[in-house]
Amino acid sequence: MRRRDLQLDAQGRLRHLLTIEGLKRQQIVDILDTAESFIGVGDQPVRKIPLLRGKTVVNLFFEASTRTLTTFELAAKRLSADVLKININTSATVKGESLLDMLRNLEAMHCDMFVVRHGDSGAAHLIAQHVAPHISVVNAGDGRHAHPTQALLDMFTIRQQKGEFAPLTVAIVGDILHSRVARSQIHALTTLGVSELRVVAPKTLLPDAVQGLGVHVFHDLREGLRDADVVIMLRLQKERMQGAMLPSEHEYFQTFGLTEDSLAVARDDAIVMHPGPINRGVEISSEVADGPRSVILQQVSNGIAVRMAVMSMVLGRAPVDGEAG
Amino acid sequence: MADQLRARFGEGGIQQTLMVGIHTGGVWVAQRLHRMLGIEQPLGQLDISFYRDDFSRIGMNPQVKPSQLPTSVDDARIVLVDDVLHTGRTVRAALNELFDYGRPASVTLVALAERSGRELPIQADVVGLNLSLDAHEHVKLTGPDPLRLEIVEAP
Repeated sequence: MRRRDLQLDAQGRLRHLLTIEGLKRQQIVDILDTAESFIGVGDQPVRKIPLLRGKTVVNLFFEASTRTLTTFELAAKRLSADVLKININTSATVKGESLLDMLRNLEAMHCDMFVVRHGDSGAAHLIAQHVAPHISVVNAGDGRHAHPTQALLDMFTIRQQKGEFAPLTVAIVGDILHSRVARSQIHALTTLGVSELRVVAPKTLLPDAVQGLGVHVFHDLREGLRDADVVIMLRLQKERMQGAMLPSEHEYFQTFGLTEDSLAVARDDAIVMHPGPINRGVEISSEVADGPRSVILQQVSNGIAVRMAVMSMVLGRAPVDGEAG
Repeated sequence: MADQLRARFGEGGIQQTLMVGIHTGGVWVAQRLHRMLGIEQPLGQLDISFYRDDFSRIGMNPQVKPSQLPTSVDDARIVLVDDVLHTGRTVRAALNELFDYGRPASVTLVALAERSGRELPIQADVVGLNLSLDAHEHVKLTGPDPLRLEIVEAP
């Protein structure tokens, strides 16, 4: 049976998590609420619950990652799942095995979930299209396209700090062009309905299509930060840049780097976020990153609960008669 | 039930217990008992959804309330309160969860109502009401104010 939305099963429940785009507000809220209930697990003396006992989760990381890989692994382990990590650089793909052949082999080993990080946009979708019906795929970042669990943990952190989304002005600052995080955040924030969503970047680091996403574009940092409640800084993705997009890191910091001085125009209770890893002195000063308004480390902690929520929701769908998955 | 608990632990002993209600009905019953006995130690709450043995059949419930235990479970004398003791599976899950928090000195099980249909070797120490029901009949507690027990026919 062909389904309209690859992410959802016939009952409209989350079967894979590939992108925020297309998720309804209530679905996002359900994930955040579920994550809320997992927060306490980290405080228990035994940081483990038996929810996914007997399930096997495979982390397929074709691209470097520390935070995302580690928190996915921790999340799966706290749910009592067994976790495999496949380091692609040393695996058979370098021996010429195709991706789909490798997936068939992993399926034959009775795995239940693939967590996929890949440098190409659409990689997780491709895998989701080809996996056996009992397997769920979670996108842990694909090219410039999407990083849904990062956006969800950011939404969780904003809700935790600010309560409601409706009154908020949110500014996303920096390298929007290369950022899958920004794309997922924009979809999440517009779906949850913030008062104003701004993107702040030099013209060379903005994709052409950004205007169509319902955001206000600023090319001046101070104008973009004025009265903001939430400031999300993005990492300058030097490894994805070819040619002269920027004059120099130093000059970038002078014009778009977040300092106590530039942050002064935001609201007094504004919070500062960053998906990591941070380039100190490039997009953010150490003073701000380590300062009282920074919630960067809370984001990391919240990432575990949010990933537990996503994993338990996609694997914890009650079977329905007549449905194979 | 309050009298039975008082007799069991003694007037001083009951103050030393940690009373824990199982979501949702058990919490209501525990709140009432907690008030009647004047226990100073705050009431604990357990949501056993993450410990159920039928997760793969019933799926994820997004409305799970975080469990709250006000003090350490280690060496505590725990009074575990549920509304209806039926198959025993809820109590099994609650015990597993409690032991993930520590090693209690003892656990005493209190049920507002006990009915037939046990599937596990679990019995309550203190019971308010004993019911013998057919499999298709169910006991339902509504509350929290007023607390009412109803017997309903399963469809």
